[in-house]
Amino acid sequence: MNPYLAGFLLGLVLLATIYISGRGLGASGAVKGVVTGAVMTVAPAHADKQPFYEAAKAHGNPLKDWLVFEVIGVLIGAFISGVMADRLKLMVEKGPRVASRTRLIAALAGGALFGFGAQFGRGCTSGAALSGMAVLSAGGILTMMAIFGSAYAVAFFLRRLWV
Amino acid sequence: MGPLVPDIVTDQLNLAIALLLGIAFGFVLEQAGFSSSRKLTGLFYGTDFTVLRVFFTAGVTAMSGVLLLSEFGLLDPELIYINPTFLQSAILGGAIMGVGFVLGGYCPGTSFCGLAVGRLDALSFAVGGALGIFAFGEGFPMYQDFYKAGAKGDLLVSTALGLSNGQFAAVMIVVAVAAFVFTSRLEKKVNPESGAFRFPVLRHRLAGAALIALALVLLFMPDRKARLTAEAAGPRAAETVRQMAPDELAIHVMDRDAKFQLVDAREATDFAKATLPGAVNVAPATLFGKEARNTLAGASVTKVFFARDQAASVRAAALAKLTGTENVVALAGGYDGFMAAVVNGGPAPDESTRTFRLRAGPEIVALIKQQSAPKVVKVVRRVQGGCGG
Repeated sequence: MNPYLAGFLLGLVLLATIYISGRGLGASGAVKGVVTGAVMTVAPAHADKQPFYEAAKAHGNPLKDWLVFEVIGVLIGAFISGVMADRLKLMVEKGPRVASRTRLIAALAGGALFGFGAQFGRGCTSGAALSGMAVLSAGGILTMMAIFGSAYAVAFFLRRLWV
Repeated sequence: MGPLVPDIVTDQLNLAIALLLGIAFGFVLEQAGFSSSRKLTGLFYGTDFTVLRVFFTAGVTAMSGVLLLSEFGLLDPELIYINPTFLQSAILGGAIMGVGFVLGGYCPGTSFCGLAVGRLDALSFAVGGALGIFAFGEGFPMYQDFYKAGAKGDLLVSTALGLSNGQFAAVMIVVAVAAFVFTSRLEKKVNPESGAFRFPVLRHRLAGAALIALALVLLFMPDRKARLTAEAAGPRAAETVRQMAPDELAIHVMDRDAKFQLVDAREATDFAKATLPGAVNVAPATLFGKEARNTLAGASVTKVFFARDQAASVRAAALAKLTGTENVVALAGGYDGFMAAVVNGGPAPDESTRTFRLRAGPEIVALIKQQSAPKVVKVVRRVQGGCGG
């Protein structure tokens, strides 16, 4: 799809979200819901002690959350699109100069950093940067600039992974 | 008036809508090619600026949409979730995420797209994301203070920069268009297989021109509150407002006529001290909001607006009309005029009026004393959202 058309449609989806639900889109928040739910199930006493889980616990069931439902939708929507574009394939996508093992370890580490950073940023590229930009949030736009600024700053040192 | 939660869209329905919006979100992200980590990271090596095109277009579309809907009174900007600003935490979080982006090749949302089409590196990224969040939660007491430092609340970037919302959006649009032009040239130089070679040039130029036109509209768009408040205070608005004489209102009050709703447009502190029987408090500043709109909905009931004096009453009634309230009248003379004439037995124009006021005055005083805890229309709480909660 033409990237500008995709961006326009994405903007309309976000606008509809704000108009109907009064909030933005997100992704990392759903993972937080799942993590909180897992900790509450496996170690309920521990979850009670840790202040981090307080907010999610206050809603009752952390899995019965707006973002969890939205992310289930993302998986379905992306799958439908993948079928239509014939992109469904089990594979490891990587740069030409790295082994699959390296790529998977780097992805795990990158994901961990992203998840960790998204807590400080109070959202990721979706929830803080994109949705924050739509409602002119100073913090959201600051986080967006920090994400892309930092990514460009380290891209040179990690170039072996991709080019 | 949006947002449609919680009155039109209930909590349960909202979850079903989250699923539908998520499907649309995931579909568009995947269609844009965001299930591919190499495409995403191409942004950082100059080979593929798709991310910038999609992200910036989506951002300015949604931003302009929010501002236009608010300007036309279709969305209450006081109710939508604004990501709160915590300066230090926002910057550090972004910096860590940036490293994660290049190292991992995805961001959380796009990793779900990659996962949905079978990318195992995306699965690895998503698992890592959960581990990172868990690690953060375990160490949370250590950096809790830092996390909460530099709190600026619902700070808007436009406010921080001293611009109107429209002006900031206009700047963003111009920056976006400039970035689109510049990065497409760069991409064509760096990557001989760039998709930018196949762009429909004429259509993109037209779209770019439309964006610049939108920027101009936003640049000169006055703030809705300021515009309507000024209009309500003008002589034209005052002429269109029907007025009700104090004695007529006294009859309706004594009859407890349900076809009339008294609206006290004074500040909440004055309202709390004393008000007319059955009045609700809708201060002019709250007239723009959804709560006031719901309270004053419907054309069958006549809304009698009164403030301290004649001029303020007419202004409030005019503003109510401009913000969409139907069947509005202003109480001639306002609250003070009503009390002086009817309740405290001021000079009457004729004998029958004098007799009426002698009877009405004590009865209305009794009604005022009877009423308990009248209703105040406040700005209701914002929607809770975001990923940090």
